[in-house]
Amino acid sequence: MFLQQIINGLTLGSVYALIALGYTMVYGILELINFAHGEIYMLGAYLGIILLGFFTAIGLTSYSLTLSIILTLVLTVIFCSSYGFTIEKLAYKPLRKAPRLSPLISAIGVSIFLQNYVMLTQGATDKVFPQLFGDRGIDFLSSRISLLQAAIIVAAAAVMLVLHAFVSRTRMGKAIRAVAQDKTMASLVGINIDVVISVTFIIGSGLAAIAGVMVAMYYGLVNYFIGYTAGIKAFTAAVLGGIGSIPGAMFGGILLGLIEGLGASYISSEYKDAYAFIILVIILLLKPEGLLGKASEEKI
Amino acid sequence: MSRQAGGRRLLTPVVVSLWFAFLFLPFAGLDAGGIRAAAVLFAVFVAALVLWRSLSGIAAKVKVPTAAFSRLVPSDSRYLVLLLIPVLILPHVAETYVVDVAVICGIYIILALGLNVVVGFAGLLNLGFVAFYAIGAYTYALLNTKIGLGFWQALPFSLVFTTLAGFLLAVPALRLKGDYLALVTLGFGEIVRLVLNNWDRLTRGPNGISGIAAPELSGVPLGKLSNYYYLVLCCALIAVFIISRVKSSMIGRAWLAIREDEIASSAMGINTVRYKLYACAFGAFWAGLAGCLFAAKMQFVSPESFTFMESVLILCMVIIGGLGSIPGVIVGAMVLVFLPEVLREAQLYRMLALGSGLVFLMVFRPQGLFGGKGVSVGG
Repeated sequence: MFLQQIINGLTLGSVYALIALGYTMVYGILELINFAHGEIYMLGAYLGIILLGFFTAIGLTSYSLTLSIILTLVLTVIFCSSYGFTIEKLAYKPLRKAPRLSPLISAIGVSIFLQNYVMLTQGATDKVFPQLFGDRGIDFLSSRISLLQAAIIVAAAAVMLVLHAFVSRTRMGKAIRAVAQDKTMASLVGINIDVVISVTFIIGSGLAAIAGVMVAMYYGLVNYFIGYTAGIKAFTAAVLGGIGSIPGAMFGGILLGLIEGLGASYISSEYKDAYAFIILVIILLLKPEGLLGKASEEKI
Repeated sequence: MSRQAGGRRLLTPVVVSLWFAFLFLPFAGLDAGGIRAAAVLFAVFVAALVLWRSLSGIAAKVKVPTAAFSRLVPSDSRYLVLLLIPVLILPHVAETYVVDVAVICGIYIILALGLNVVVGFAGLLNLGFVAFYAIGAYTYALLNTKIGLGFWQALPFSLVFTTLAGFLLAVPALRLKGDYLALVTLGFGEIVRLVLNNWDRLTRGPNGISGIAAPELSGVPLGKLSNYYYLVLCCALIAVFIISRVKSSMIGRAWLAIREDEIASSAMGINTVRYKLYACAFGAFWAGLAGCLFAAKMQFVSPESFTFMESVLILCMVIIGGLGSIPGVIVGAMVLVFLPEVLREAQLYRMLALGSGLVFLMVFRPQGLFGGKGVSVGG
């Protein structure tokens, strides 16, 4: 029972971690809570259904399931990255010098727009994700890890490792870190801030897209408002780990998944959605820099 | 050189439109109909962008008097009295349906005015304002159905509870800045809603509480719609009066100073924490009043009325009108309540328009329709 909850929590947590990375990277660079990020994840989940449905219709899934899943993932990432890129250009870039309230409200506007756009085009009822993997899984110690859960955990870990390597090893990764530290200085040494910001949004949205497809497969149901809850939970994860810190987001996501999994089975499952909010409030009040973040002095 | 510029003038809209058609394609549907929809969208986009570009060329030459919006609101109180006449006789001339919408509008005006104190005056973004509204409504609902208190006996309790709640949330939350404060308030709003939703024994959970009594005033049943209209109108007028008095008092000026520059105002000797606390508690007070009125109007409350979207809607009222402007907030509330009623057929597109409207407003007119630039003390 306990082990089973750990497995469920880890699965959920790695998804939260993937979404949290997008929040934390954008916050690290722009100090903006990208409220629309949860919606990107929702769009990813829908795109997964739409594309897989399309591939089934043209007969690709019966030809090769693996190929169609890979194609779905790749296309979803491309589309969601484009959404993220466009949202930044339209709704955030003109407001870069505005008071901090303005981009936040603009982000809420984007979020409302996307939710209702999806509701209008895809309907307000739940969409069902095709069952692809069946019930296969591995049993051990009286608990069970399904193939899909294993795939989610492994895929999330792999993506995070790649991201870590990208940020710490490549030239662009270095530029991202430099911009996060000090935008003005970074631009003085010849880094194109606009490009770095766009890349950040593209990467973050791509990660959210992967999370979206995986969650749609895992739960089998998608709705147009899943982005809000998932977004808040992922943001909580980012804050928990220390916002702006990439390892913090991974750690925070997995921790939050575990807390939710264990809390739902040992405390109360009715308040499952409240745990994230309670943790968010407690962390922000007691240790706003998060578990792995550094406290920053306010500059006047 | 000029040919190149002309080429770009045509090329950019086409590229941008292609881009958007690509973005919208998968959701329009990956079939013939969807592709047709995307193609139509593409054409509309090209046309709109070309029009926009040629118009913005002209607009650059013509100075648009944006301040005209602010001048639309008569500062002379005589005009305001003229405006009051149709408001006063409304229940006698209009259909029940219109009066009903007007009552809802009045409740939203009080709510928006309350949020305006917190966001507009003191500059504290509260994304969970609906929590206070819910606490006000549930306090009356519970006191009425469980203990049997009437509207007027329960009202003080409601007001005290919400003010206290505002105070209690503010004490820890005010150590935070900007976005973090917004998130803590959002979390608070969601926690309140989840508690109302799950505490079955007290609140009957998602089923809500029904059978709440309508108010009565010395024998006159205020549950009758036209009478209730006047009750809400009175409350709204009291709210406008008190809030505008407080705005131009020392406290109000301190709020504006904090909003404009917190460090400078604390250097000038303003106790910023104390005044922010006042703002939160004072704003919550009005949400409590609105909540009470809402519960008494509907005679039913359920957690469904107090979602995050409701908080956003109230925030939109404040922002559309113009942060900090009292007439602006009233107009904002009226627009957002009446417009969807007028555009019944376009109901589906209401939220779509609201979302994109918010982005547009932030990009092109961040101070709202009626808000002036910068501090507007004494205005």
